[in-house]
Amino acid sequence: MDISTHRSGQALVLTIQDSRVDAAVAIDFKEAVRNAAEMESGSPVILDLSRVTFLDSSGLGAVVAVMKLLGSDRPLQLAALTPPVAKVFRLTRMDSVFTIHAQAPGSLKAVG
Amino acid sequence: MPDSAFPASVAGPADRGNPPGHWCFARRFPAGDRETRRILADLIDGLGQAGVGEDDRSNAELILAEVLNNIAEHAYADGAGPVELRVEVQRNGLACQIADRGRPMPASDAPDPSLPLIAPPDHLPEGGFGWHIIRCLTSELRYARDHGWNRLTMHMPWSGYD
Repeated sequence: MDISTHRSGQALVLTIQDSRVDAAVAIDFKEAVRNAAEMESGSPVILDLSRVTFLDSSGLGAVVAVMKLLGSDRPLQLAALTPPVAKVFRLTRMDSVFTIHAQAPGSLKAVG
Repeated sequence: MPDSAFPASVAGPADRGNPPGHWCFARRFPAGDRETRRILADLIDGLGQAGVGEDDRSNAELILAEVLNNIAEHAYADGAGPVELRVEVQRNGLACQIADRGRPMPASDAPDPSLPLIAPPDHLPEGGFGWHIIRCLTSELRYARDHGWNRLTMHMPWSGYD
């Protein structure tokens, strides 16, 4: 699982570079996101999902698991859900659990 | 449902020139994450070529990922085994058939669980969503155990029609 990180103000932004978070990679995803979050300071931890075009219930479970692992000191928030990913959160009502940003902070700076 | 409705292998988007209703995808493959990814990629590509829209393709991908994950994790919890998948474009949606030779469904029926309790911070479920998602996005879901095969059939209505 390829993850890039950057700070935006107090927040740590983790951008998932893979397009699929499914049963095949759910365990990797959980470990990789936790490791990436633990290597840097910053709170909240914002998961930028703008490149993820497929997430199934295994992927959803992994996102929830990461939220629990990070605990209340470093709340996990989500950003830039693509329509198929947003649908999974909506169908399972998990959209009520997470703070969801339309875009990741610092992700859409105008050029020039 | 006669066995002949389940061809053992390939159909593919050969009838692309025909009107919707004739396009059919049929594959036999071993259960498991890697094969699931490969088959879903083939299916989504084929549905796109058959003129099925993006929302409906992503619904199909999600539903079938959940079904195939369940087969790998539960029906074949003891080991590997074959899966047969057939998806047909119809006037009002997609007709899907999925079969495996694994363990029968508990209670001899397809699960219909309610959404797990979500009450943070104490109750944050990490699983139990798969069948809820399948049931949300399909209708006429049927299960039968037939000569050692689990056979699931379901209808996926076009998303724009509701």
